[in-house]
Amino acid sequence: MKVIRGRVWVFGDNIDTDMITPGQYLKLTPEETARHVLEGADPYFPSKIRPGDIIVAGRNFGCGSSRESAPTSIKQAGIGSVVAVFFARIFFRNAINVGLPVVECPDAKKIQQGDVIEIDLVKGVIHNISLHETYKITSYPKIVMEILENGGLVKLLERKLGVEGRKNV
Amino acid sequence: MGLTLAQKIIARASHRKRVEVGEIVEVDVDFAMMQDSGGPRRIGATMEKLGVQIWDPDKVTIISDHFVAASDTTEASILKYTREWAKKYRVTKYHEREGICHIVPVEKGYIRPGMLYVGGDSHSTTAGALGCFAISMGSTDMLGIMVTGKTWLKVPESIKIIWNGKLTRGVMAKDMMLKTIQKTRIDGATYKSVEFTGEAVDKLPMDERLVLSNMAIEMGAKAGMIEPNDVVYAYLEERNITEYEAVFSDPDAEYCEVLEFDASSLSPMVALPHSPDNVQPIKETEPLSIDQAYIGACTGAKYYDLKMAAEVLKGRKVSSRTRLLVAPASSEIIRRASRDDGSWRTLHFVNQPEFSWTNGTRSRSDFSFACDGGSIRYNRENY
Repeated sequence: MKVIRGRVWVFGDNIDTDMITPGQYLKLTPEETARHVLEGADPYFPSKIRPGDIIVAGRNFGCGSSRESAPTSIKQAGIGSVVAVFFARIFFRNAINVGLPVVECPDAKKIQQGDVIEIDLVKGVIHNISLHETYKITSYPKIVMEILENGGLVKLLERKLGVEGRKNV
Repeated sequence: MGLTLAQKIIARASHRKRVEVGEIVEVDVDFAMMQDSGGPRRIGATMEKLGVQIWDPDKVTIISDHFVAASDTTEASILKYTREWAKKYRVTKYHEREGICHIVPVEKGYIRPGMLYVGGDSHSTTAGALGCFAISMGSTDMLGIMVTGKTWLKVPESIKIIWNGKLTRGVMAKDMMLKTIQKTRIDGATYKSVEFTGEAVDKLPMDERLVLSNMAIEMGAKAGMIEPNDVVYAYLEERNITEYEAVFSDPDAEYCEVLEFDASSLSPMVALPHSPDNVQPIKETEPLSIDQAYIGACTGAKYYDLKMAAEVLKGRKVSSRTRLLVAPASSEIIRRASRDDGSWRTLHFVNQPEFSWTNGTRSRSDFSFACDGGSIRYNRENY
């Protein structure tokens, strides 16, 4: 989890939660919704994904309605990480809380479709293997790394409390 | 380089000397609020499964305001669940039918300068008017806070908004905010913390300070803060609150943007359908007949608002063609208005408005909708 490597799919600015998980699929389970992820932006996207692929987008990724199903379905679809210039605040928090690594990178738009990139969450850098470039990102503190490594906030709490009995963590 | 109010409070809550904008840090939460809609009923099952207590029940308040008074059995059962949950988890600061979740914690003296406060409702920024860093979070985040007393956040950039000069008669904090939002638009402060300052801000009564922080959400802000002053200290003293540590921005703190406005030339403003940034001065607005007028919610129906409305209505009566709706933000406000100076008499007995006092007036919108023609709402949003 500390280093994420994958192939890039590029999306534009203002990808909203309705494009990520279109409204008509909201009643489906997360696994089912994942089969339609980002159809609102690219109708064929779900069929192109290989596990571990990375989404790279522009500004304000995840804006719109604050549905937690949006980051959940991206994660369920096998996407390893989402990199964007910046995220809508609620989406950013929801993504971390469900265990999807979201990374803000001011240079995100330099990354091209099909590039292979390597994200180092702790050191705070992205290496673009294809273009031989390096971009700075905000590094994650321990609390966020713990949430991501355990697959989300609830899973982290479950694990901690399982280990530590009924005491508070 | 000095630190902003937001940076200072976050630094203290993360046990650090200073924090930089853009950093993500772990913080201790000083106080947390949940309400009946997004609170216990959303996190109860997971808390049960985890078999864990609240980290510190004295630092938690639960306010039932969205579903009071219950209009059907589903709502009644949500209230029952919330009430029993508070008892089970030893939350003694439980308030039902006492007012809106952003006003009650302030009135009860739970909110103090310098605090890091998290509320499970969008307009939790309201508490920033007392000089604390007050932000809103969703249910999963609130669950984490209930269990650990900690959360993580990104240190925001700050925008400084200066209101120079004095407000003229009949111009209020709501007008200041509409003017501000007209300038910033609804997304102009996204992610950012807003600090309000200047002569006009400094002179506002407590009720009016709360409006600035409350409506900071309408410009997309993460927090809307005002440095504490004598108005805040007196308010706390009335509630016998003496233990707190007031925090102020450094003179050389860094702001990503500074906006200046002149209060003395400001006139009453209105936001036209359907966005809080579609603003113009009322005097430039085409005359419209008003079928329904609504004075309500956590932004628009505090004591000061009722007093101003009563002043306008003194010696007059609402037209028979207009329905007046009043939904005071808390029971303390009703008590004060009925005791103090006859505001309540003017509003309630002379004009006989339809009357309610719940946050449900916004969450369910069952009170403030009009299906015929012009509706004017003294509220905080007009979507």
